[in-house]
Amino acid sequence: MKNKYDYTLGVRTYQFENLADLMAKATPARSGDRLAGVIAQSAEERVVAQMALAELPLKTFLNEALVPYETDEVTRLIMDEHDAGAFSTISHLTVGDFRNWLLSDSTTPQVLRAVRAGITPEMAAAVSKLMRNQDLILAAKKCHVSTAFRNTIGLPGHLSTRLQPNHPTDDVTGIAASILDGLLYGNGDAVIGINPATDNVAQAVKLMKLMDEVIQKYQIPTQSCVLTHVTNTLEAIEQGAPVDLVFQSIGGTEATNSSFGFNLKVLAEAEAAAQSLNRGTVGNNVMYFETGQGSALSANAHHGLDQQTCEVRAYAVARKFRPLLVNTVVGFIGPEYLFDGKEIIRAGLEDHFCGKLLGLPMGCDVCYTNHAEADQNDMDNLLTLLGVAGCTFVMGIPGSDDIMLNYQTTSFHDALYARRVLGSRAAPEFERWLAQMEIFRDVDNHLLHDTLPPSFAHTLSHLPEDKHHD
Amino acid sequence: MTDRAKSSDPRQPASGDRGGVTDNPWNRLRAFTDARIGLGRAGVSLPTHELLAFQLAHAQAQDAVHLPLDTDALAQGISAATVLPFADPLVLHSRAGDRQVYLQRPDLGRRLDDPSRALLSQQNESAAEPFDLAVVVVDGLSSRAIQDNTVAFLSALIPQLQEDGEQPWRLAPLTLVRQGRVAVGDEVGELLNASAVLVLVGERPGLSSPDSLGLYLTWAPKAGLTDAFRNCISNVRPAGLTPTDAARRMLYLLRESRRQKLSGVRLKDRTEDNVIEHQQETTNFLLN
Repeated sequence: MKNKYDYTLGVRTYQFENLADLMAKATPARSGDRLAGVIAQSAEERVVAQMALAELPLKTFLNEALVPYETDEVTRLIMDEHDAGAFSTISHLTVGDFRNWLLSDSTTPQVLRAVRAGITPEMAAAVSKLMRNQDLILAAKKCHVSTAFRNTIGLPGHLSTRLQPNHPTDDVTGIAASILDGLLYGNGDAVIGINPATDNVAQAVKLMKLMDEVIQKYQIPTQSCVLTHVTNTLEAIEQGAPVDLVFQSIGGTEATNSSFGFNLKVLAEAEAAAQSLNRGTVGNNVMYFETGQGSALSANAHHGLDQQTCEVRAYAVARKFRPLLVNTVVGFIGPEYLFDGKEIIRAGLEDHFCGKLLGLPMGCDVCYTNHAEADQNDMDNLLTLLGVAGCTFVMGIPGSDDIMLNYQTTSFHDALYARRVLGSRAAPEFERWLAQMEIFRDVDNHLLHDTLPPSFAHTLSHLPEDKHHD
Repeated sequence: MTDRAKSSDPRQPASGDRGGVTDNPWNRLRAFTDARIGLGRAGVSLPTHELLAFQLAHAQAQDAVHLPLDTDALAQGISAATVLPFADPLVLHSRAGDRQVYLQRPDLGRRLDDPSRALLSQQNESAAEPFDLAVVVVDGLSSRAIQDNTVAFLSALIPQLQEDGEQPWRLAPLTLVRQGRVAVGDEVGELLNASAVLVLVGERPGLSSPDSLGLYLTWAPKAGLTDAFRNCISNVRPAGLTPTDAARRMLYLLRESRRQKLSGVRLKDRTEDNVIEHQQETTNFLLN
């Protein structure tokens, strides 16, 4: 009997069990889908799946849930909040048509913005599977997403950075040293964000205060975040801690998020609590989310889906809470999910495109671990490609070496490289601060001062001489 | 001061321009952290010296992942350590045939292959009574961590177990597992009929720590248990948690595990309480 998703090529009929199977088989090869047992069995089967997917009407995704509506609140969120009016512009298209439409001359940033709420994560995932890397870059560049807290993130032609001053024992002097290094290299406009080594409320509050005092003392137009569990941040807010942004790692299925220890209700509470503090000066986007392909499979909560489709479903969760920043931590999870530089680069471009298409301020932790087949050259490639695509922000860390999380991400230097070759700039408020503080002598041409800025020279003259680390 | 800062100092004046490189006047802050701060710049790029220092560290970390565990040399080292009662360790293999498969299929690295299971079943038949503890050495993601730290750690721990009050620990034969993940130890412990298993595993190498050993304890091990049933001590290496300190903490965990007959989230390691707290200052130089 002919199955709905079967596809005949010449004399051979390929059988695809259901929509999830078709999506998975159409996905460019990666190790996580092989691990999950959902990958195409041959190169030909993959392309045939893409051909079958190209003929599928976009409407299909509104009628056929990949994870059951009844048992998954992420599916309910996607279905219940779908905007039929916005969708009407593209409702007649197939997935293949949708790719052409995205790339067409008449699909301008304004048109994309108007259609945004009518696009579901599954539609975005499906079309991305048909797109080459250059398509992902070109279409993403047309999606403009801007957010604000103490500065304005995501304006066209701008590339921001998260300053990530992690330390293996949360030593405040060590953290301060990395913050100073980052600021003096013009990094930190997206956020100054610490992954704490000790993950509890007391430690989080201590780090929040540290960053708040630094931001206030130097009047830095940026925001801070401690990347601790959302329930810890809620408790910190109750204690009166200076919380700018609420962090949470999120996934694309309810079961993934349960394994992370939260649900949508908790995120809504957290957003309301942070907004009630009114700490933003030019905007009030208060959430910072991190995602990454493979998290659902890792939590055994992927419902037989491919990892990229699960990832894009997480963006529905993110978009509900109007985040300041969303960061796909693309190469952190390891080679069992993304094996080498090629797979990491592809995943980074997919995540960025899908996030932007859905209206998220999408950044990327361009990164790898030492057991992946990847190196600095792969990261240079991905950073440059994402910069061309209009990526909202990347990480900035001393010398690419995160001494707490034991992985490599982009450095303070890398961010300046990208800004220089692409002509992109820091957030406008932050850029003005860099000039005022005499950190840059020429922001238009990305030229740093060779000498220490006066206010920081004063700070360093008071260094304790006897302090040493172990 | 870090090794890195020491080795770079002779070639780097404190500040100023040297052949296109602009040094950072704040590079003395490197005394406060191992983070790669104050690297200086050529334009906005890394100076050659720092570029190559990074490449070397990455090369060492990658080599640590791919270098096979030399089980003969390790067995010899263990036999030569007179304080250790392990004459001929049993060499086992996971179901991951080689490193490429191992890296992509963590599920295969968690299980023993059939010959290894058969070998352990034979051992178990000849054993008169259950063992208190099986020590399992697993290559994991860094054979260098195993090669460098195993003898030192076991030499610090094992004699204390053998003289542990009125209840000296009855030790199962030592096993070495190639292409293994942490959870493979539970299957070994189960087949050897041991009350507890202690796994030594090479951790994912960091850029500055290619030689880091991890220790995992499971009470009543059996195949299929999750991390929630294990206690972990991490970062065991000469420049991290020393093998001697790690042995002290593991001895505490082993005794508590045997007393309470459990392991994992319900067994708290109280030897490290307040360690992080007391070394913290509340203010920093940026606020001076």
